[in-house]
Amino acid sequence: MNPHPVEQVIRTHQPDTRTAAIASTDLAEEHRRLSATWADPRGFVGWFSHVDHKSIGRRFLITAFVWFALGGILAVLMRLQLSRPENHILSPDLYNQIFTMHGTTMMFLFAVPVMLALGIYFVPLMVGARNIAFPRLVAFGYWMFLFAGMFLYGMFLLNIGPDNGWFSYPPLAGPEFGIGKRADVWAQLITFTETSGLVVSTALITTVFKLRAPGMSLNRIPLFVWAELVICFMIVFSMPSVVIASTGLILDRLVGTHFYNQAEGGDPILFQHLFWFFAHPEVYIIFLPAQGMMSMLIETFSQRPVFGYTALVLSLVSTAFIGFGVWVHHMFATGLPQLGQSFFTASSIMIVVPTAVQFYCWIATLWSGRLRLSVPMLYALAFFVVFLIGGLTGVMLAAVPLDLQVHDTFFVVAHFHYVLIGGSVFPLLGALHYWFPKITGRMLSERIGLVALALFFVGFNLTFFPQHILGLMGMPRRVYTYPVEVGWGGLNLLVSIGAGIMALGLLTYFLNVALSLRRGASAAANPWNAPSLEWATSSPPANYNFLPAPTVSGREPLWQSPETQPIVVGLRSDCRDVLVTRLMDAEPDHRKDFPTPTIWPFLAAFTTSVMYVGSIFTPWAVIYGSVPIAVTLVGWAWPREGKRPEELERDVAQGRATPLELVQ
Amino acid sequence: MKTTAVALTLVAGLVTGACERETRRYQEVSVASTRTEGVPLTTLRAGGGTPEAHKLSPYTKNAYGQAEGKRLFAAFNCSGCHANGGGGIGPALTDDKWIYGSEPEQIYSTIVEGRPNGMPAFGGRIPSQQVWQIVSYIDALAGQVPQDAAPGRNDDMSATKPENRIEYSKPHQTGHR
Amino acid sequence: MPARIQSALDAAGVQAAQIEWLWWVMFWVTAAVFVVVVAALLLAVRRGRSTDAPRPDDRSLLRAVASAVAVTIVILFGLLYASAATGRAIGSRPDDKPLVIQITGQQWWWSIEYLDEAPSQRFTTANELHIPVGRPIVLNLRSPDVIHSFWVPNLHGKMDLIPGRLNTSWLRADTPGIYRGQCAEFCGMQHAHMGFVVVAEPPDAYQRWETAQRQNAPEPTAPQQLRGRGIVERGPCALCHTVRGTQAGGRTAPDLTHFASRSTIAAATAPNTPGYLAGWIANPQHLKPGNRMPATGLNAEDLQAVLAYLETLR
Repeated sequence: MNPHPVEQVIRTHQPDTRTAAIASTDLAEEHRRLSATWADPRGFVGWFSHVDHKSIGRRFLITAFVWFALGGILAVLMRLQLSRPENHILSPDLYNQIFTMHGTTMMFLFAVPVMLALGIYFVPLMVGARNIAFPRLVAFGYWMFLFAGMFLYGMFLLNIGPDNGWFSYPPLAGPEFGIGKRADVWAQLITFTETSGLVVSTALITTVFKLRAPGMSLNRIPLFVWAELVICFMIVFSMPSVVIASTGLILDRLVGTHFYNQAEGGDPILFQHLFWFFAHPEVYIIFLPAQGMMSMLIETFSQRPVFGYTALVLSLVSTAFIGFGVWVHHMFATGLPQLGQSFFTASSIMIVVPTAVQFYCWIATLWSGRLRLSVPMLYALAFFVVFLIGGLTGVMLAAVPLDLQVHDTFFVVAHFHYVLIGGSVFPLLGALHYWFPKITGRMLSERIGLVALALFFVGFNLTFFPQHILGLMGMPRRVYTYPVEVGWGGLNLLVSIGAGIMALGLLTYFLNVALSLRRGASAAANPWNAPSLEWATSSPPANYNFLPAPTVSGREPLWQSPETQPIVVGLRSDCRDVLVTRLMDAEPDHRKDFPTPTIWPFLAAFTTSVMYVGSIFTPWAVIYGSVPIAVTLVGWAWPREGKRPEELERDVAQGRATPLELVQ
Repeated sequence: MKTTAVALTLVAGLVTGACERETRRYQEVSVASTRTEGVPLTTLRAGGGTPEAHKLSPYTKNAYGQAEGKRLFAAFNCSGCHANGGGGIGPALTDDKWIYGSEPEQIYSTIVEGRPNGMPAFGGRIPSQQVWQIVSYIDALAGQVPQDAAPGRNDDMSATKPENRIEYSKPHQTGHR
Repeated sequence: MPARIQSALDAAGVQAAQIEWLWWVMFWVTAAVFVVVVAALLLAVRRGRSTDAPRPDDRSLLRAVASAVAVTIVILFGLLYASAATGRAIGSRPDDKPLVIQITGQQWWWSIEYLDEAPSQRFTTANELHIPVGRPIVLNLRSPDVIHSFWVPNLHGKMDLIPGRLNTSWLRADTPGIYRGQCAEFCGMQHAHMGFVVVAEPPDAYQRWETAQRQNAPEPTAPQQLRGRGIVERGPCALCHTVRGTQAGGRTAPDLTHFASRSTIAAATAPNTPGYLAGWIANPQHLKPGNRMPATGLNAEDLQAVLAYLETLR
């Protein structure tokens, strides 16, 4: 049998440098050729055809933070209105739209997409790949995400912003009581964001499974990559449920179906089940990558491998599984049978255990490490305090009797902001501070970073801790004002002041980013002495990511790799040649020619968006709108120039290209 | 240049259309409805001639007004005689036989003044704004309003097509079949 | 009289008291957990920062983590048990003959019907509930429009009112007082102003109230009051409101038969005083924009007459 052209060949060389296999002049030449091959086109039109995961990842991040800023402004407006009783700053109609827009923006346009954005940027780097799998699909996912936000805010400016809360229950959002097109805008926003999330998840799963560097078996991938993998599976399993929920809603409204119409055999509670079956896993989709970031930050800033890798992985996976079995705890007040509710109390309490395991493993890592309290580490420490409060109030909410008192009050608002901001935003801001040098090539200022963290931490607690008390004192949520005699005015004023401080903290953080982009200290490849592969390349990475293409032999490649760590030699530099490896142990499997930049993903996203928006106004848009989509999909799938694997192997056999081999 | 003009027109249309459909006007007319003056009961004229342009309901393109009209149609028991627009004791409201005129002003007048053979006079009982909302809902029943402003189906047993599925048809002419 | 009129931490009813007990148990347990974990964190940071302290090996770390997880599981089981016990307690209604009240929550007010086996003994009111202290009250909760939630924190947790579904809840006030409740499921424009009042009174006071409520509206005597009644019957009011004993029989708005006996107007949005009432009737959209009551367009004299009449409806 002929040897596979990509069989592993290990030859020993002088053990001085890893790149001894390639002479340095060859290296510069290789860099030049690879850069040219992997370049994304310049210019305005070229910008629409980028497929480099770093370019898409940067855009995704920036766009997500733009929506975050808009959602934050809406929150400040809400707090202004609620700062005094019987205030008249916002009319009830505008307030209802604003709180809905705030929730919808944060949950659908920021929290999940920002985690996917960091996945798009960093997962290929952390697994040692040249690009993300299905780059055009990822580009399409980005454009859908951008159009989603533009659509939502455009509609808001036209007075068609949704106004029934971010979960938009029928019958209030249904055909009889949801007046105008506002609820349809909400339902279609779901469709936009789910389309984007599903395609990006598919690409990320494939990247993690098939594009890892040789030697990076599944039990060696970084915990952040595990987290991204798990949430992508969660997205794939949960998002169809919300698509069904929103499609049922829009069909009820536009066509006259009866999914949520009790009188004709439907049920408003069906919507709640379908929605929360998605939305509870969604909060874990938001939280798990943050846990991955925590593991990463603690590992780097304790300068030791994180304690309990296997337990941490199992925690991520079991949180994901249990997370699909707790959704009814959002519905304890609807009058469902008590026995059924008790099951969900038990599962909602049980889900604490994996997270507790993570907490203890992290504390163990800190205990036995050598700590550097840089700003990213301080964000990680802040997470402990803030998320713990949120998690503990979550246990309280799991108890049905207590939930019956505090459900739909500011106690719940406090809880979910503690777990979402504490659990995800604090690690996110810390991870961004940590990864900023890698993305931009500059260091963020530690001093301004400290000020931002302090303001944000103090402001956050001042904003949300009193809300626990307000909820217990009887203040329901989603009220545009409250009477004087109930005595909530003082605490509300305190909360609003805290919101201002929190906003100042975030502004300081963004100021740090803006200033450091221009004047920050220039960053080395690995300024934090971190162990994972993204730090094995320059800051920012070259567009082809790695030269030479790496292999790994441990969980912390940059801390552990021996002098004789093999590298991959023979990947072509005249086409976008990528090594595809096997699922479990990342043995080399075959090579693939990756897609070049193309404008079809943008066009497909545009035509899809037009169809989605049109179908709010008439069901015919689905039929007529499908035609341009079909055209763009044909253009996208048109056979492109590029080498199929057999051709690549034939080139090798006929001596036109060097064989792929792992060389020490 | 042309593309910009087309785009701007589309946006302007979207803006004005959306504005009118989506505004919620809670408090407009503050007087109790009274007899209407000068509203003819028919637009037939001896010798033909162009019919005058009649005042439309202010809620013809307004989703909130029509939704309110639908609620009031049930609340004030219009459906007791007119069913869901198909008529029963009272005449149908979805066809094109309008004895006392099908223009919005004429329907307003009919509601406020009452009519022989059983239509009660609601003048002084239903405020003017609400009468206009009911008028716009009757227009919706007859397919006289833009489909995107018409209400959707009721959260109730299904008796008729949802109003937003009724095809838009040309305005009625009084007396024709 | 409770210090806080809408607070879950000021229990005046049996279930609210049981839930408050659960709250404090969970609060102290979780506070202790918080203190311990944060202390461990701070100690870990201090240990990690010091350069000379010996580094524990992974085996002892494993023992520590495993013990912590075990303790966590035990604590969680304890909390689960507390929750289950409280759940059973608040659900089990004593056998004393309950008072059954049907509550229909609509956008944005509460229709309250006191049920009885004899139909002639039933009566309807709105936005204000009176209940006898010490007797269980069964609430039948319905909604004809959107999802609402009936919540009076001093007495019990909330229960949703879901269209097409009958939910039942029960509560019992153990302390006399006036408690404020509020709708707790977002139900549209004026969700914030969909409150109600629960008056828990000693059984004899309640009996007197109940008997009075069963009567028709008292006959007015003064000419202005009579004129006011005429306006109510022949003007816009009668098309939506009911005043039993007059010709006003509308069913889509709160029952006004004993309106003057209530302490608030517009679903606990404002006190029931002549000033607020005049403003409300003249232009309801000013106090509660978007609510279902239109401006009636009454002139000043008519308004005064109506006010005078409404004042007689005790």
